[in-house]
Amino acid sequence: MTRLAEYAEARELTVNLMLRELRGRYKRSALGWTWSLLNPLSTVITFSIVFAFFLKIDPPVGHPSGLHNFSMFLLCGLLPFNYLSNGMNGALDSLLSNSNLIRKVYFPREVLVVSTIGALLVTFFVELGVLCVILLLFGNMILPWIPVLLVLVAIQTVFVLGIGLMLSVFNVYFRDVKHFIGISLQALFYSAPIVYPMKFVEDAATRTSFPLLRVYTLNPLVRFIDAYRAVLYDLRFPAFSDVAYVTVWAFGLLALGLYVFHRLDRRLAEEV
Amino acid sequence: MSSAIVVDDVSKQYRLYHERNQSLKAAIMRRARVKYEEFWALRDVSLEVPEGATYALIGENGSGKSTLLKCMAHILRPENGRIETKGKISALLELGAGFHPELTGRENIFLNGSILGMTKKQLNQRFDEIVDFAGLEHFIDTPVKNYSSGMYVRLGFSVAINVDPDILLIDEVLAVGDAEFQRKCLEKFDDFRAAGKTIVIVSHALESVRNLCDTAGWLEHGVLRRLGPASDVIDEYLTESHTERAADGTHGARWGTGEVRVEKVEVLDASGEPVKRVRTGDTVVFRFHYKSNTLISKPVWGMALYTLDGVWVTGPSTREVGLFPDRLESGAEGWVDLRVDRLLLLPGTYDVSASMFNITGAQVYDMRHRAFRFDVEFGDPHEEYGFVSLGGTWEGDILDGAR
Repeated sequence: MTRLAEYAEARELTVNLMLRELRGRYKRSALGWTWSLLNPLSTVITFSIVFAFFLKIDPPVGHPSGLHNFSMFLLCGLLPFNYLSNGMNGALDSLLSNSNLIRKVYFPREVLVVSTIGALLVTFFVELGVLCVILLLFGNMILPWIPVLLVLVAIQTVFVLGIGLMLSVFNVYFRDVKHFIGISLQALFYSAPIVYPMKFVEDAATRTSFPLLRVYTLNPLVRFIDAYRAVLYDLRFPAFSDVAYVTVWAFGLLALGLYVFHRLDRRLAEEV
Repeated sequence: MSSAIVVDDVSKQYRLYHERNQSLKAAIMRRARVKYEEFWALRDVSLEVPEGATYALIGENGSGKSTLLKCMAHILRPENGRIETKGKISALLELGAGFHPELTGRENIFLNGSILGMTKKQLNQRFDEIVDFAGLEHFIDTPVKNYSSGMYVRLGFSVAINVDPDILLIDEVLAVGDAEFQRKCLEKFDDFRAAGKTIVIVSHALESVRNLCDTAGWLEHGVLRRLGPASDVIDEYLTESHTERAADGTHGARWGTGEVRVEKVEVLDASGEPVKRVRTGDTVVFRFHYKSNTLISKPVWGMALYTLDGVWVTGPSTREVGLFPDRLESGAEGWVDLRVDRLLLLPGTYDVSASMFNITGAQVYDMRHRAFRFDVEFGDPHEEYGFVSLGGTWEGDILDGAR
């Protein structure tokens, strides 16, 4: 059977594993799904106090939206970052935590990575939905921009899948990938304009001969945050260059991810 | 007839890690140096399973039969050779693999079913049948973590057997549940065969294999040793594995003061021939040869039977029936028999221990623990569960008519 036919057959399995993940996640917790919202909420409160109040970071004024609010500014970048970070962590564990399945049943192993990220995508949608409602309350008429937002989410999902596929198999063979990623994610968080506005980096770039801005914007996460914020915070189309750049990254990573995964999944049933 | 499974010259290698190479640093430091031993679990195995066949793979533990089954299921990929399969495969390697403990039985049926390759439509159609087969109507909306292990396995089996595959691969899972559930499984099994499905079984339950399968492959250290009609292959396998056991009854632990020694333990059939296999209900003689080195008074003979798991089935001695000679001269040789007119042991493998001690039991002259091993096969009474038959008779008005 060709891989494509196998994938087609595994669609339902993917959905079911996704549902298992979603249903199992908050079983027997009193607040249930509220937890998935409380988490970013607590981050926003902490960061708003530290960065907006103590450090007096002034968020840019949305153009043309006119929105001027640090918490909104933060959320527009934080949610996409959380999706990436949760996706990477989830993918890391997706094969090892299903070792009993891998050892006992045959199905395309990619399904485990895809369903893990799929479940996180659902969570991401819920969070974005809540964010859109809040934005509406703050007077940002986000509704006409939702199709653009969906395109961005789709591109980011491809991006996360590509990384996830690679990380998941690496972690089976080298268990310290997980720890490495733990540290990297922390650095990654501050490598993009999530808690601080892009203007800070532009200012810093003028104070050094190092091509800071050029290097800084090589990071696809910077471009993602930029694009999301354009849509959500500013209510305008993201820069074409940003979208093109992250699209190339996303599909490049997916191709690489699939290639690596297929190279390394031969001994999976023995190594997990 | 065409083949459902073609195994062509398949070899499978495992890596036995001495030091698990799972840190990046270690991998970089050692790079080229191979830190694992190669172990061939399968070597150049070729066989074909015809469509509609019921096929068994037998062999000792570690002979590679489960590895071959996993290769057939595409869970493992062989290093060399090729495996081709035709049609949908369902592998029953572990029941309830992928059950989520927090989800209910109902949710898990759909989840497990789709893991095994069923569509939602098929599952909807068969849902009632699956629940009914597992006998879990009242518990279907309870999280499976509250199930007993029996219920858990039954649900797993029930889902797996309802996958309706063209090829069913089974690894030692036939022996689940109580007698009633076993009967249902065997029935389902017969349906499968009648429907012309292909079945491959890995099992140690040789007598069941003999009844169920038409062809058997015997694997030894990863090599296909013999392939042929199930009954022949099993006989050959049994003969061989029995002769490999210490045949003269001289293995197992031994201790004692040594004034008199148990030289040999034998099991004889009704005609007095030494045997290693008997049937339930046979006349059997346990014979203990002794040889005395010094003069001793009032010696006692004892024996014990153990299952392979070490369950002590029985332990009679001559003291219990008040039989002991006043004295045994130095250099005296002979034997003592325990004659059993109707052996009520049920099918399985048993070990005989033999001992000689003094009348008080304070001094053990010779104790030969698990000195002789023999098999019991189905006989009369034809019973299966437990270790012993009570030799009873079922009675009742309604039963008299059914006789």
